[in-house]
Amino acid sequence: MDRTQARKPRHIVEPTEAQRQRVKEMPARAVEYLRQGGDSFLATRADALVNWSRKYSMFLYPFVTACCGMEFMSVAGPRYDLDRFGCALPRFSPRQADLLMVVGTITHRNAPILKKVYDQMAEPKWVMAFGACTCSGGPYNNYATVQGIDTIVPVDIYIPGCPPRPEAVMEGLMKLQARIQAEKVPADGRHKESVDSAYPVIEKPIA
Amino acid sequence: MEDFGSSALRKLIDEFSDAVQLTHADHGDATALVDPARIEDVMRFLRDEADFDMLMDVTAVDYLGQTPRFEMVYHLYATGPNQRLRIKARVAEETPEIASVVPLYASADWMEREVFDLYGIRFDGHPDLRRILLYEEFEGYPLRKDYPKERRQPLVGPRN
Ligand code: SF4
Repeated sequence: MDRTQARKPRHIVEPTEAQRQRVKEMPARAVEYLRQGGDSFLATRADALVNWSRKYSMFLYPFVTACCGMEFMSVAGPRYDLDRFGCALPRFSPRQADLLMVVGTITHRNAPILKKVYDQMAEPKWVMAFGACTCSGGPYNNYATVQGIDTIVPVDIYIPGCPPRPEAVMEGLMKLQARIQAEKVPADGRHKESVDSAYPVIEKPIA
Repeated sequence: MEDFGSSALRKLIDEFSDAVQLTHADHGDATALVDPARIEDVMRFLRDEADFDMLMDVTAVDYLGQTPRFEMVYHLYATGPNQRLRIKARVAEETPEIASVVPLYASADWMEREVFDLYGIRFDGHPDLRRILLYEEFEGYPLRKDYPKERRQPLVGPRN
C-alpha cells in the first residue's frame, strides 16, 4: 500500500505531479538516511508547515470601538479562552500583529485611523469584521457610520451578530484558520494591492 | 414639601418680567421660555441668586417650518435645594446665534460645541467654537431637519 496516499492530511491542497514523484522517491532516501545513523524524520510541504505555524500563533490587534467590545472581552477572557486557538495575545502595536480584529461601530471620523492601523501591519495579515456594525453598518445607517469596514480595508472573515456570541467568534476564528492553512506561501499578495489606490485617504493630521 | 423648581420660576418671573415669555410647571418640569438676548442675564441670576450651581445639559431642537426655527434648551440643577429648571430660548434661522454661557458655567464648553457641530448655532463669546464630534471636512449640520437623510461625507472609501 502506498503510505503517502493513506496518510494525506485532509486540509492540504492536492500536490502536483512533480511533488508526487518526489514523495515516491522519499522512502529510498529515507532508508539511506536511517542507514547513516539518523533516527527519525518528518516529511511535509513548506506551505503546510508554515501555514500551520501561522494559524496557531496569531497575534491580534483589538481595534475596539463600541458595545461589541464587551463580547470581545468575554471571548478573550478565561471562560471562552481564545488561547486554545493560539490567538490570545493582544498586541497594541499594529507592527507586531497578524490579525486585525475590528470590534464595534466605525464612524467616518474613525475610518482614517483604522486604515492607518491596517497599513502599518506587516504581511501576512488578516482582518476580522466582528459584529454587525463592522460587517454592514449594523443598526446604523446615517451620516456618521461607515457601512461596513470592507469599504476601507479588505476583510477575511465576517462575524454577524449584534453583538456576536463568543461561540460565533470562535467559529469564525476556526474558519479563518482553515483558510490560512490553505493559503500559498509566500502570500498571494492579496493584501498588497491595498485599497489605497481605489479610495485615497484625505491627508490630514488627526486632531 | 418640595416645590420642584416652581419657586425658582416665580423668582425668575419677578426679576425678569420683560424677558420671560412663557412658563409652565406641570408635574415638576419647571420650564421658562426667555428672550434669547437676555440669556446671559437670566443664567447669571439663576446661578448667583437662585442656587442653580450646576448646568446639566445644553442642547437644541430644530422646529423646521416655525419662526424662530431653533430652540436652545438649558437644563439647570440646584444641588442644595435639589431643584431642577429648564430654560429655553428661540433662535432665528437667519442669525443662528446666542450668547455663550461658558463664562458662567464651564460645563457648557463642550455641550455648546456639540450644538454648534450638529445644529450650526453659533455661541457668542465661546472660547473655542470648533466641531467636536464630526471632522473639519464635514459640510452642513446633520441634526438639522433639512440635512438630506442619505447624504454621506466619508473621509475614506466610497460615498455610500
Ligand atoms: S454590532 Fe451591535 S453590539 Fe456590536 S458594536 Fe454594533 S451595535 Fe454594538
